[in-house]
Amino acid sequence: MAEASLPTAALSEDETAYTAVRRAFGMSAMASVLGVVVLVGVGLLSASSGAAGLPVSGVFGALFDWIPVVGIESSLSATQENILFEIRLPRLVLGMLVGGSLGVAGASYQGVFRNPLADPYLLGVSAGAGFGAVLALGFGLDLSWGPFDTVPAAAFMGALVAVVASMAIARGGGTSPATLLLGGVAMAALFSAAQTYAIQQLNETRAREVLSWLFGQLNTTGWKQVWLLLPYAAVCGAVLFVHRRHLDVLRVGDDEARSLGLDPARSRLIVIVAASLLTAAAVSVSGLIAFVGLVVPHIVRLLISHSYRVIVPLSALVGAAFLAFVDIGARTLLAPSELPVGVITAFVGAPFFALVLWRDRWSTT
Amino acid sequence: MPRRLFRLFFALLLALALGATACGNDDDGPAAQVIEESAPKATSTQAAQSPTQEAAPEPTPTEAPSAPAPTEVPPPTEEAAPEPDPTEAPPERPQRIVSLSPTATEILFAIGAGDQVAAVDQFSYFPPEAPVTDLSGWDPNVEAVLSYEPDLVVIANDANDLVAGMDAVGVKVLVSGAPADFEGGYDSIAELGIAVGRVDEAAALVADLRVEIEDALAAAPDVPIRVYHELDNTFFSVSSNSFIGAVYTAMGAINIADEADADGYGYPQLTEEYIVEADPELIVITDLVGYTAEDVAARPGWGEVAAVRNGNIVVVNSDIASRWGPRLPQFIAAVAEALQTVAVSAP
Repeated sequence: MAEASLPTAALSEDETAYTAVRRAFGMSAMASVLGVVVLVGVGLLSASSGAAGLPVSGVFGALFDWIPVVGIESSLSATQENILFEIRLPRLVLGMLVGGSLGVAGASYQGVFRNPLADPYLLGVSAGAGFGAVLALGFGLDLSWGPFDTVPAAAFMGALVAVVASMAIARGGGTSPATLLLGGVAMAALFSAAQTYAIQQLNETRAREVLSWLFGQLNTTGWKQVWLLLPYAAVCGAVLFVHRRHLDVLRVGDDEARSLGLDPARSRLIVIVAASLLTAAAVSVSGLIAFVGLVVPHIVRLLISHSYRVIVPLSALVGAAFLAFVDIGARTLLAPSELPVGVITAFVGAPFFALVLWRDRWSTT
Repeated sequence: MPRRLFRLFFALLLALALGATACGNDDDGPAAQVIEESAPKATSTQAAQSPTQEAAPEPTPTEAPSAPAPTEVPPPTEEAAPEPDPTEAPPERPQRIVSLSPTATEILFAIGAGDQVAAVDQFSYFPPEAPVTDLSGWDPNVEAVLSYEPDLVVIANDANDLVAGMDAVGVKVLVSGAPADFEGGYDSIAELGIAVGRVDEAAALVADLRVEIEDALAAAPDVPIRVYHELDNTFFSVSSNSFIGAVYTAMGAINIADEADADGYGYPQLTEEYIVEADPELIVITDLVGYTAEDVAARPGWGEVAAVRNGNIVVVNSDIASRWGPRLPQFIAAVAEALQTVAVSAP
């Protein structure tokens, strides 16, 4: 990691967008602080809202009581504490992790493909994961291993198979991003077809399970899903964070990047692998949550900065806050029934995105 | 030319059928007759079964009982009379029925029309003698269905414009959807009986079912027990607007999904924290899901739920618990037994 980031440290001095980056840095520091504040605010709001009308004071009491040194007598009953700590909080944290992962992965894909339409599902991750999940849910494919349950394991494997196949088609992805992109399109089409065929063979209960998985949902089994996703989020997130400046360099073109001492094929490969792994892990626990990975990076780009130095970390914060916020709606709008979170992400996100677009003139990545 | 001829023939058939129905309505026809014969016994059963009451004021026991028909049949008169559609009263029995609805298949075999069934869809595996094929009821293909040369197609819902496709070639289609309550279920049995020319048998089945279901319902304790019926681990459930969910309320239990079903669709998806807060005393899951009662009990945060604390999680056969059919009393009996257990174990 250290050696990979070395050339960039030297090259940021020469970078054409140097001043812009510099200017953005001050703004991004402010934006980061603001992002963290918003994230915490959303977290508290989410923790105190839900179908089970837990008293807000009780929730805050229990939350403070959770902090080791503080000793506050919680006013919640045993059932209410169960609801808060085993159902609501895991779901809230999972929403943040998934949102942040999709945001970062989306930003990375957009940078690496130099394509504003790129999203984390570009290389067939979604179709591959969906196919895997259908096989696990409907046909008893059991790849469970260690902490991985059957569905996450199968979805994860499906996603990886699709991405690896896309990259194999494009001969490692090093040659040209466009080839890789087309390989992804081919794989996505292939796996979607397989998935549709498989769903059609299912009976009603199974098909409904598969569909609610495909819509994207943040149902948790305690903290299990959080622990599954966390290592991937941490490792891949760190890799992408370190390589975020490579994305700025890749923007100016392969030849320029090479002249600046960067191996474009290698950087691309690292970023794509890390982002795909991250997406696959997120998808395996939450299903296909649309829109976050595509739009969150654009919102950051339009509102804060065009430099990936800023876009990558802020996409994590904004993605986390956005999905956690939207999930409040999924849990409460139709309470006590549930609304698929994947539906609301687009419903809330699209108008907001349109507003940002309308305010700011479009500029290519 | 043959096509025009065929149309002519079909029109003639239609006219004949219409005529037959009209006549049937005049003198209350054989269908109505059989069902109404049983009117005298009605009052005893209706007290326990409020849904039937709207049918009560209509019995016209003018016909003399001609056949040794079941005597305990209460009079669901509405199911026989107001169906003057020609497709439902064919002059003869269809001999090559294709059923794309597992529920309809079970009913067809229960009313003795099994011999008339040429093919059934891939999930119609009960009763075992049903001629299962790879036909799909979800995504039916007109040509595939036609390859069995059906003279009647029974479907649960009109997917892929199957009705229009069958209309085009002059094959009759009966759409027999999922009923919303018991009466709707009896109606659809009667409707099937009429369509396949097994009116007596259908009436007998309805009569038996009424008795069995009533007995099963009566076996339930009259205690408002909170019940959660789980369809899958994304917390889809059944409210009282579906006939399965209605079973619970018919037994005096409280179906916790009702509160979540504002639009009356019948199959709401619940939020997990609501389920835990609602504190169901009985949890019912089906054997189709990929997890067990122990898995449900072990869910994080569910430890304080009454059903989990007292071990009242029951597994029911998913086919019986999702089809309106001859086996429904088994489901009701199982639920009644479970409710009885809860009532006894409750403090």
